[in-house]
Amino acid sequence: MIPVPSVVKLVLGGFMIYKGRAWKFGANVDTDAIIPARYLNTTDPAEMASHLMEDIDPKFLEKIQPGDIFVAEENFGCGSSREHAPLAIKHAGIACVVAKSFARIFYRNAFNMGLPILECAEAVEGIHQDDALQVDSETGAIENLSTGKTFKAQPIPLFMQQLIESGGLMSYVKAFKMKSE
Amino acid sequence: MTISEKILAEHAGLREVEPGQLINARVDLVLGNDITAPIGIEEFRRTGATKVFDPDKIVLIPDHFVPNKDIKSAQQCQLMRQFAREQNLTHYYEVGEMGIEHALLPEQGLVLPGDLVIGADSHTCTYGALGAFSTGVGSTDFAAAMITGEAWFRVPETIRMIYQGKRRPWVDGKDLILYTIGKIGVDGALYRAIEFTGEAIANLSMDSRLTMANMAIEAGGKNGIIAPDKLTKEYVQSRAKRPYKFHYSDGEAKYIQTIDIDVTRIEPQVAFPHLPSNVKPISAVGRVVIDQAVIGSCTNGRLEDLRTAARVLKGRKRAPFTRLIIIPATQEIYRQALKEGLFEIFLDAHAVISTPTCGPCLGGYMGILSKGERAVTTTNRNFVGRMGHPESEVYLANPAVAAASAILGRIGGPEELGVAA
Repeated sequence: MIPVPSVVKLVLGGFMIYKGRAWKFGANVDTDAIIPARYLNTTDPAEMASHLMEDIDPKFLEKIQPGDIFVAEENFGCGSSREHAPLAIKHAGIACVVAKSFARIFYRNAFNMGLPILECAEAVEGIHQDDALQVDSETGAIENLSTGKTFKAQPIPLFMQQLIESGGLMSYVKAFKMKSE
Repeated sequence: MTISEKILAEHAGLREVEPGQLINARVDLVLGNDITAPIGIEEFRRTGATKVFDPDKIVLIPDHFVPNKDIKSAQQCQLMRQFAREQNLTHYYEVGEMGIEHALLPEQGLVLPGDLVIGADSHTCTYGALGAFSTGVGSTDFAAAMITGEAWFRVPETIRMIYQGKRRPWVDGKDLILYTIGKIGVDGALYRAIEFTGEAIANLSMDSRLTMANMAIEAGGKNGIIAPDKLTKEYVQSRAKRPYKFHYSDGEAKYIQTIDIDVTRIEPQVAFPHLPSNVKPISAVGRVVIDQAVIGSCTNGRLEDLRTAARVLKGRKRAPFTRLIIIPATQEIYRQALKEGLFEIFLDAHAVISTPTCGPCLGGYMGILSKGERAVTTTNRNFVGRMGHPESEVYLANPAVAAASAILGRIGGPEELGVAA
């Protein structure tokens, strides 16, 4: 396992409490839906964000507020390995994503990017479009402020927690580089 | 241990690993393309790194939007090209030598049995067909591995698929994998390894095996893998420029699930919009009129695929108002198809033949669909808007079905045309 320095504290997307409005999605939201491949000819996150969910709703970006939360059924982020997908979500101001499950590469990318994601089937069942939510990414507590119901997400694997706490994968790599030089 | 566990253990310097275990492992190859590498290269620079861990073990291939479709794509490729020169990378493939990455790497002997490979492309799982553990990652993992030569993995549980029986005419690897995805769903193998076994796999060509492993990701799989055999040895021995190792699952290896599939019952499969799991046998397709047929991609742009298409297209013409786009996956495949006279058949059929590119598969260019248009294609995904307009439709099939459909102007198999298998 990667030895994660314990003293380095959060830089990028560390543990926080998020409050925002829920945007509900179905199962198998794929990376082409999150950001269509025709816009992958850039490395600019702001530009990626400007095409978020465009093929689902061309006016999507005008409707969301910074801090809003995505809530989806199974296999969110399936398809391509493009990091443009979590980057577009993060840079559009979406605070976190709660889903029944995530596609594997998206899951990995989200942690590397510092986009908090939580797995919780019960929460997804108990949240409707536009509900007000409060999510604590450290404890995994998801509160539906509109209904008063609270849910508990699957705990983030310890290793992933350490990765987030150390500031994401690239911070670890920086430490590795300094050590080897 | 399973074959996947053995490869991971060996690269982590461990005697044993078990599912769920987190390991840090040395990688044999790190792959990036013109979409994912630019972000990774920027991450690489941001850390202050100046050198990659090994210039022989990084592969950069411009293949998605080349020859460049627009100025922005040209800038992405330029960034990659500059990085390849600056880092003295052995394996940078310029237009004219390149191919679609997952067809090129096995063909050139860059990936070998027993390897651990990560690639910043979801279809990196293709190389499992050679008995390698290979999996897709994002640009950040790609960047980190370029610096450290390592990556972290959670050892996946393995699903064993056993394919028994003889294939029907016109059924190839594409049909077996589409059928499998239809059976287990697009998240049926989420976070897991898929091990393809059984007599029907042993009897499958290497091109068809590559097609199957390629689409393991379409079932959510971390990797798809096939134990090496005589065919694997024949395929790699002339290509390999470094040692390789055959691994096999032990008799007492643990599987989270074993699924038996009777291949004799499988017809050519067609995945309807908008998920690869939405499959129907060709006999149940009904009347689906098409505007375009595409034969190509990392899934089905290999020589066997082009030969199959040629058998169906020979002496026939595509239907009026229907486009037929054929994309050999690498320059070598292109050259060989030309030598074998396949291009004559394609041109006579009124097909267009493209330089190798991922192009239309991901709605990049070279065959974008307009609103309401339908395409049958040998590619791997049929999500909403995948090949163009969000209101267009993509149907996935094998090369024989795509070719026959181009002739018919609607989705159908070669048997309708009376082509002998």
